[in-house]
Amino acid sequence: MNASWKNLRADFPILDQRINGQPLVYLDNAATTQKPRCVIDALVRYYERDNANVHRGIHTLSIRATAAYEAARERSAKFLNAGSPAEIVFTAGTTDSINLVAHAWGDENLKKGDVILLTEMEHHSNMVPWQLLARRTGAKLRYLPIVPGDTGLLDLDQLSSVLTPEVKIFAFTHVSNTLGVINPAADLCAAAKKVGALTVIDAAQSAGHLPLDTRAIGCDFLAVSGHKMCGPTGVGVLYGRAPLLDNMPPYRGGGSMISSVEYFESKWAPAPAKFEAGTPNIADVIGLATAMDYLDGLGREAIARHDEKLAAHAYARMATEVPGIRMLGPAQHRSGVISFALPGAHAHDVVTLADRDGIALRGGHHCNQPLMRKLGLPSTARASFYLYNTEAEIERLIASLQKIQKFFAE
Amino acid sequence: MHDLTDLYQTVILDHNRRPRNYRVLPTANRVGSGNNPLCGDEVTIYVELDGDRIKDVTFQGSGCAISQASASLMTLNLKGRTIPEAEAIAGDVLKLITSGDVKDDEFSDLSALAGVHQFPARIKCATLSWHAALNAVHGEPAPATTEKTSD
Ligand SMILES: Cc1ncc(COP(=O)(O)O)c(C=O)c1O
Repeated sequence: MNASWKNLRADFPILDQRINGQPLVYLDNAATTQKPRCVIDALVRYYERDNANVHRGIHTLSIRATAAYEAARERSAKFLNAGSPAEIVFTAGTTDSINLVAHAWGDENLKKGDVILLTEMEHHSNMVPWQLLARRTGAKLRYLPIVPGDTGLLDLDQLSSVLTPEVKIFAFTHVSNTLGVINPAADLCAAAKKVGALTVIDAAQSAGHLPLDTRAIGCDFLAVSGHKMCGPTGVGVLYGRAPLLDNMPPYRGGGSMISSVEYFESKWAPAPAKFEAGTPNIADVIGLATAMDYLDGLGREAIARHDEKLAAHAYARMATEVPGIRMLGPAQHRSGVISFALPGAHAHDVVTLADRDGIALRGGHHCNQPLMRKLGLPSTARASFYLYNTEAEIERLIASLQKIQKFFAE
Repeated sequence: MHDLTDLYQTVILDHNRRPRNYRVLPTANRVGSGNNPLCGDEVTIYVELDGDRIKDVTFQGSGCAISQASASLMTLNLKGRTIPEAEAIAGDVLKLITSGDVKDDEFSDLSALAGVHQFPARIKCATLSWHAALNAVHGEPAPATTEKTSD
C-alpha cells in the first residue's frame, strides 16, 4: 500500500464532484467517511475473482476467500494490537458489537443490584443496549456526568463516587461524536479494573482517527465500525480479551458457530467463530482490511495530528468569525468533530443552506438526545473533518456560515 | 437547481422570527402533540373548541424555520374555522406541502409552503404541526389536564 499524503484527495473518487454547482466539501465524516479507490477496488476484485463461501469449501475459490477472510482477522488484530486474531470477532459494526457484549456477556453475568456505568455523552448505540440489558437482568444504570458548560469533558472528579464495587461493567465512548472530546481511555480502564469492573470502549469515532492499542489501553472489549474509517458499510469489529470471549455463550445460533450439532443439543466452536453464526460479510471484511492498510500507510499518528490541527483551526475561526455562534466541545486537544449552534437558525436550516454551497454538514441530535437536553439544545449543526479535508475547505465553511448567520439575523 | 428562496420565502422567515400564537392556551380543551424522532422536532398544539368551532389555537415547540413557520401559519388559518373547514384546509395544505400544487388563491400566506416539496428532506418539518392540529381537534372532548393524568 503506497498511501501518501501528497495528492491524497485523488484517492477518493467521490470527492471529485460538484454539489449545487460548487465543489463538494464533505464534512459529515463522523456519520460515515468516504472510501478510497483501493477499498472500492478490493470489493470489486473480490466479487470478480474470489467470491465463494468461506470455511466449508474445499474448492480453490473457497480456499481463497477463506484465506482472505482470515487474513483480515489477522490484519484487524494488528490494527488494534490485540493479543491474537482469536480476539477479533467480525460484526456488522459498533452497534452490533455492543449488543453482542450486552447479550452474551451481560445476560450471563449481571443480576439485580449490579450497576452498569455509562457516561452522559454516549451515543444511543452505547446506551440503549444497556438499558435493554438492565431491563432483562434487573441491573441498574448509572452515569458519569460531564462538567457543566460547553466543553463537554467528563467530570473525572466524580469518577470515584460513581465507579463503586457494584459496577460490573463500564461502557464509554473513546471519542464523542457530538463534542469531539477524547476521553482518557487508559485511565478509565485502570480505574475500572481497581473495582473489578469490565470495560467496553465505543471506538466508532476513534478507530481510524488515532492510534488505537487495546493492550496499552487495557480494555476488555472494544467496538469498531468499518464505515467510519474508510471501510465499507455493514462491517465492524468486536475486540474481546480471549478469556472473556472463551467463557461467553453464543449470541446468535446458526451455521459456522458450532463444533457439532445433534437434534436436541449442540456444541459451540471456540471464539471467535462462536460469535459469527451464518455466512459472514466476507467482501466487506476484506474491504475493511484494505482500509486498515490504507490508514496505516498514511500513519494514524499523522491522521490524528491532521484532524486535530484542522479542528483547532476551524474551532478558533468559527468562534471568532461567525457572530453569535455557540461552540460545543473543547477548543483544543480534540478530535475532528465540531458541533455548534447559530442563534436564530435551527440546525436543519443551517444544513440545508450549507448544502446549497456544496458543503455537507449534519444537523440534529446526533443520536445523543439526553446529552442535547443537558446542553439545553434541541439540536446542533456538526462539521466533522477527516484526512482528506483541507484548510481551504474550512475557508468555504466559514464563508457559508457567515452567510447563513446573516440570512437568519433580524 | 431549486432556489433557496423557494424554501425560505419572506413569509417563512418572518413567521420563524416572530411566530404568531406561540404560547400555552389556558382555555384549551384539546391538546395535540407531534414529534419527529429522527430530527428531534417537537410541537404541542392547544385548541379551544366551542362546539365544532375552533375558537382559538396556539402552539409551542422547537424546530427548524420551516416547522415553526408552518405551525404559526396553521394557527392563523385554523382559528375561527369549524372542524370540517379545518379538515378541508389541512388536507389542502398537506397536499400543497407534498406536491407544491397551490389549490386556490385563497391561501395567500400558506402558498409560502409550496416550495417545500422541492426539498424532500424538509417535508416532514412542514407537515408535523398540521398533523398535530388534526390530532388535537379529533381528540377526546376532555380538558387538557385530565388527558394528561389518564395516561
Ligand atoms: C460514538 C458512536 N458510537 C456508535 C455509533 C454507531 O455506529 P454504527 O451505526 O456504525 O453501528 C456511532 C455512529 O453513529 C458513533 O458515532
